[in-house]
Amino acid sequence: MNNVLLIARRELGAYLRNLSGYVIIAVLLFLDGLAFNAFAVQGAAKKSSEVLADFFFFTSGIGMAGAIFLSMRLIAEERQTGTVQLLYSSPIHDREIVAGKFLAALAFLCLFFLGTSYMPALVAVYGKVSLGHVLAGYLGLVLVGASSLAIGLFGSSLTRSQVVAAVGSAVMCIGLTMCWLVAKVVDRPFTDIITGLAWYGHFDPFKNGIVHLKHVVYFALVTFVALFAATRVLEARRWR
Amino acid sequence: MIQVDGLSKYYGEHAAIRGLSFNIQSGEVVGFLGLNGAGKSTTLKVLGCVLLPTAGRVIVDGFDVTRDPHEIRKRIGYLPDTPPVYDEMSVGEYLTFVAKLRGVPDANVASAVADAEKKTAITDKHDDVIASLSHGYRQRVGLAQALVHKPKLLILDEPTGGLDPVQIVEMREVIKGLKGEHTVLVSSHILGEISQVCDRYLVIQGGELIAQGTEAELSTKLGSGGPIEIDCIGAAGPTIELLKKVDGVVDITLVKLDGQNLSLHVDARSEIRPALVKALVTADVPVVRVDRAAHRLENIFLKLTHGKDA
Repeated sequence: MNNVLLIARRELGAYLRNLSGYVIIAVLLFLDGLAFNAFAVQGAAKKSSEVLADFFFFTSGIGMAGAIFLSMRLIAEERQTGTVQLLYSSPIHDREIVAGKFLAALAFLCLFFLGTSYMPALVAVYGKVSLGHVLAGYLGLVLVGASSLAIGLFGSSLTRSQVVAAVGSAVMCIGLTMCWLVAKVVDRPFTDIITGLAWYGHFDPFKNGIVHLKHVVYFALVTFVALFAATRVLEARRWR
Repeated sequence: MIQVDGLSKYYGEHAAIRGLSFNIQSGEVVGFLGLNGAGKSTTLKVLGCVLLPTAGRVIVDGFDVTRDPHEIRKRIGYLPDTPPVYDEMSVGEYLTFVAKLRGVPDANVASAVADAEKKTAITDKHDDVIASLSHGYRQRVGLAQALVHKPKLLILDEPTGGLDPVQIVEMREVIKGLKGEHTVLVSSHILGEISQVCDRYLVIQGGELIAQGTEAELSTKLGSGGPIEIDCIGAAGPTIELLKKVDGVVDITLVKLDGQNLSLHVDARSEIRPALVKALVTADVPVVRVDRAAHRLENIFLKLTHGKDA
């Protein structure tokens, strides 16, 4: 556990000292603010809970995109600069490297989610908002962010090019998003299985303030599988 | 300290190293010589537990690289050909991070970092951000990270690569200072640098070990004493004729003639410096200097790898 925290602390330091991390968060906040103003607030009169649900809907997509950009460098950059050899030749496990990097990226992504909190606050000022709804929504955002980061980390472990890592991770995330389209053109029981793979169906209850264990388990499972795959890729590279 | 037996490493179909076998005793400083693509870095990566072998057995300090890589990693310090440094960190922060990563107890981290900085002469750079350092200092920081946890074995891959002449001399002095405290395996293309630092050499070509031993052993194995430089005072023609009669002389070249001052380059089959001096002194030819040619090791290396003299 000490090694995980050690790597997480160094990685978080790298995010906080590099301009790129701040630029990504600033762009995400700008886009999220635009979406909130253009789609969640504008239009016909809505209930506060509907505005909040729209806010979580947009933020989940933008958070997913942000997770891909934040995670693309995690391992690809280490391979590019050769610093991965420092980690490989140190008495630490590959799973500790992956876990440390994942936790640091998640902490940094949470800064973005924290930065969006003024929008629910505005809704609370001008309407009536349930604290449970807000907390459930943010829990959903963190779960979506965690699973996207894990997929991004897996993508980053596959190549030394950050651009290729980002594209690969985006394809995997879009694949999980578009499952429902595929589900429409297949027969049972595949319809249910493929629909079940789509992340958005699992996020929908969170944006409406509902927390259900099965949906938490879905995101936890996606995160675990992606992190496990990234660990196996690191292990396999020693044999290559 | 190191026992390598039949080590092979394949990248796909390509064999980077094949059937490598050698031993290194504790406390030795061993030079690893080879041309680009010979398999030096791959071998060092296997010893550093960065890569796992395709075949063969590698034992470091009694532990097998395949079965107990963690135990080996605790006992080694590895400097790859590119120093593995994080640009955004300061030297002190980076070395503290590495010390903790390598299992140095918290209470000893500060002293371990200070000690590594002192050994590599970077104490005054403690607070400097690594991105602001010159290549020479980055290389020293790389070396400091390799020895911060006081490992038994130091594996240095091209530690003088890309350094200017002054930095090379400084780096050589740093490595010399490590002698006695660590077993050191060092690879380099700058063979003159290695000859001043190492006790013994391993020569690798095409992924196979083609020779090993001290400089004298390698020289004997090739059946040549290598070139000898002689500065003496006398007539050029008679002196050259005189030396040609000495047993073991292959060829003599007049390098420089300044009045009666001669500089000769003698190619010899074996160590014949005493015989050359005896011949000159007996003939009343004053001898100013007799020495091995400066690039002797390069000659041995070229003979081993190309079968020709420099």
